Amino acid sequence: MENFEFINAMVLLANFVIVPALSYGSQLALATLSLTIIYGVLRFSNFAQADWMSFGTMATILFTWLFQSAGINAGILPTALLTLPFAIIVTALFCLLIDRSVYSFYRKQKSQPIVLMIVSVGVMFILQAVVRFIIGPNDRKFFDGEKYIVHALDFKNYFGLEEGLTIKSTQLITVIIALVAMISLFYFLQKTKLGKSMRAYSNNEDLALLSGINPEKIVIVTWIISSILITTAGVLYGLDKSFKPFTYFNLLLPMFAAAIVGGIGSPIGAVIGGYIIAFSEITLTYAYKKFFVYLLPESLEPSGLMQVLSTDYKFAISFIILVIVLIVRPTGIVRGKII
Amino acid sequence: MKDELRAPIAFTIMAILLAIVGFTQSWSVSLSVINLCIISSIMAIGVNLQWGYGGLFNAGVMGFTALGGLTAVLVSHDPIYEAWDKAGIGIVISAIIFVLSIIALLFVFRNIENKQIRNTLIILIIVFGLIGINNFYGPSIDIIESINPAKTGFLGGLGLPIIFSWLIAAVVAGLVAWVIGKITLRLRSDYLAIATLGISEIVIAVVKHEDWLSRGVKNVSGLDRPVPYEIELQQSDWFLNLVERINFSKLEATQSLSSRQDLLNDLVIDSSGIFVKLCYAGLFFSVLLLIFYLSQLALNSPWGRMLRAIRDNEEAASAMGKNIFSQHLQIFIIGSAIIGIAGAMLTTLDGQFTPGSYRPLRFTFIIWLMVIIGGSGNNLGSIFGGFFIWFIWIEAEPLSIGFMNMLASGLEYDNPLRMHLLGSAAHLRLFIMGLLLLLALRFMPKGVIPEKIQKK
Repeated sequence: MENFEFINAMVLLANFVIVPALSYGSQLALATLSLTIIYGVLRFSNFAQADWMSFGTMATILFTWLFQSAGINAGILPTALLTLPFAIIVTALFCLLIDRSVYSFYRKQKSQPIVLMIVSVGVMFILQAVVRFIIGPNDRKFFDGEKYIVHALDFKNYFGLEEGLTIKSTQLITVIIALVAMISLFYFLQKTKLGKSMRAYSNNEDLALLSGINPEKIVIVTWIISSILITTAGVLYGLDKSFKPFTYFNLLLPMFAAAIVGGIGSPIGAVIGGYIIAFSEITLTYAYKKFFVYLLPESLEPSGLMQVLSTDYKFAISFIILVIVLIVRPTGIVRGKII
Repeated sequence: MKDELRAPIAFTIMAILLAIVGFTQSWSVSLSVINLCIISSIMAIGVNLQWGYGGLFNAGVMGFTALGGLTAVLVSHDPIYEAWDKAGIGIVISAIIFVLSIIALLFVFRNIENKQIRNTLIILIIVFGLIGINNFYGPSIDIIESINPAKTGFLGGLGLPIIFSWLIAAVVAGLVAWVIGKITLRLRSDYLAIATLGISEIVIAVVKHEDWLSRGVKNVSGLDRPVPYEIELQQSDWFLNLVERINFSKLEATQSLSSRQDLLNDLVIDSSGIFVKLCYAGLFFSVLLLIFYLSQLALNSPWGRMLRAIRDNEEAASAMGKNIFSQHLQIFIIGSAIIGIAGAMLTTLDGQFTPGSYRPLRFTFIIWLMVIIGGSGNNLGSIFGGFFIWFIWIEAEPLSIGFMNMLASGLEYDNPLRMHLLGSAAHLRLFIMGLLLLLALRFMPKGVIPEKIQKK
């Protein structure tokens, strides 16, 4: 029976910590990638990025409603996956519109990064108003299709264990899509001509200009890539949980934390940072009591919840990690600044 | 337009706007707006010291405001003796363990060279510190929160007059700013913004969830006031006489004795409200004047010149032998202290502390808007920005409802589009704020009342 206890404990951990952290981490990694690419190429911290996420998700939801009313769906997959490309196009176009009308002026003036950051706060206000105006401030669920891949009850019955493992289809979809997106992004940056010129521009603007790289083209491509990543991240997060503008705005903090922890401006750092933040948020707020009850003999069983921090401080965790990284290694894990 | 004329014109327009509210809505509304305008102006001066003088982007204004509010509670609320008796010792012990662990950490960090030993020691201190704190802390807060939870359920405060809290709030906010500054001011400017944004969220999380300290989202209401209560005024003779004398002609015009008495009663109730708000306005205005005077003094002193030199060219100032980090730390502390004062004043005015109401948009980014639109680097500009932006923030709501009504005027009463438009009128003010910020940055980057460049 000793072995069973161990398996139960592991299943418990997988169910409540590893699977959720893996999917949240993938969502965060995608969002952080978009933040870090804007930082690397356009050289400013974009405070509006979380609201681009709500904008993209809102566009997806609107298209999903349109598709649903026309009777189109993706069978066992959520309809939102079909509408995602359309939403990305809308988001990218709107991004480019804002860039033309707002950011390009400051780029031409060669304004300091901090000015661009304040400008992005203005854009943040406007995006929040637009999203709340169109879809309202309330919680929206837009998931449809098959909900579970593995259900806790089936799992328990099949293996004869006390603990069940649930894997939601959205969690698997998230991990697969995030992997595909990351691999294609790294392929794009490392192997294609456009990606290489983007990296060159990010590394040294003047040299890139001298070698005939068209900066406007780079800017446009950057915004498009950022919209693809941020909309995908937002839709995956919304499918997994739900869509609410204020919750999305709160993701800005973990995104920045992940970017800095990984090394801001570095794509690989963004991915690492995203997973670090997600895993620490979940591992530090999980109550391990039951886990230890399985593992330890009865005499040693813990009395408390065995929780490092209460879930109220979920957002604080990303910042505690951020502060520690700022003190110990301000450049982040992967030394950043260029993509 | 001549630069000297900008300030008088701006303030005249502001006065006219407030007077319009007074005449069309009521003087009571106008005075409430003014009171909040003054508090906003003080916050804006605090941010202006950091940004306008020092070039530091503090995105944690909300956190310092909340700290000020918390101080107001902790200073003015009566102590809950029962809670102190039963569990105070546990809290004190955990606080001592906390402080000791921090000191030990700092000691290890500074004095032990060997990385392996250092890291092991750090982990040991953290683990044992956490275990120690948890041993005393958890049980104590359970006891504290179980004592009369509907009314108190926290440790209470010092029971001092609330006006003291304004000063103490400056000290508390300054101390926290010192800790934050030590960590973040050596970093690049946008790291400071992100770090302060996060730390302010942590402050809010603490006041929201540590019920033993602040009652959390259950709010603390009924804080004492530095000014008289309306009900006391209505019962005191001198106030009745005053109201009678001011409204003499109005009262004479009424015919019967009973209707005259009714009118007097109404007048007394109205004026007592206005009188209280005037008292607040007087208090707040004197604080504003004092802070403005001191900030101007600082700006024009050698210290202020040095700060601006650092802001405009860090390398040159550093080459002249100025310690940039310690100057930045000073200005960060002073600015945050001022924001703390404003936070305590805000809680005093509300008479209650509501941790749930602290949102970054309202308490951080709006203040930034005030500084930038008013004119960064100019204290008078910040005061104007505080008045103007707060006025717009308040008046945007009725205006946007009016605007939406106009848009929807052609539609039928229960048309869904009309309902949607009216329902989302409140979000229009976010749009107005964003648009104002973008327009100001683009077409008036120096603000309404620009910084004066002094030439020899």
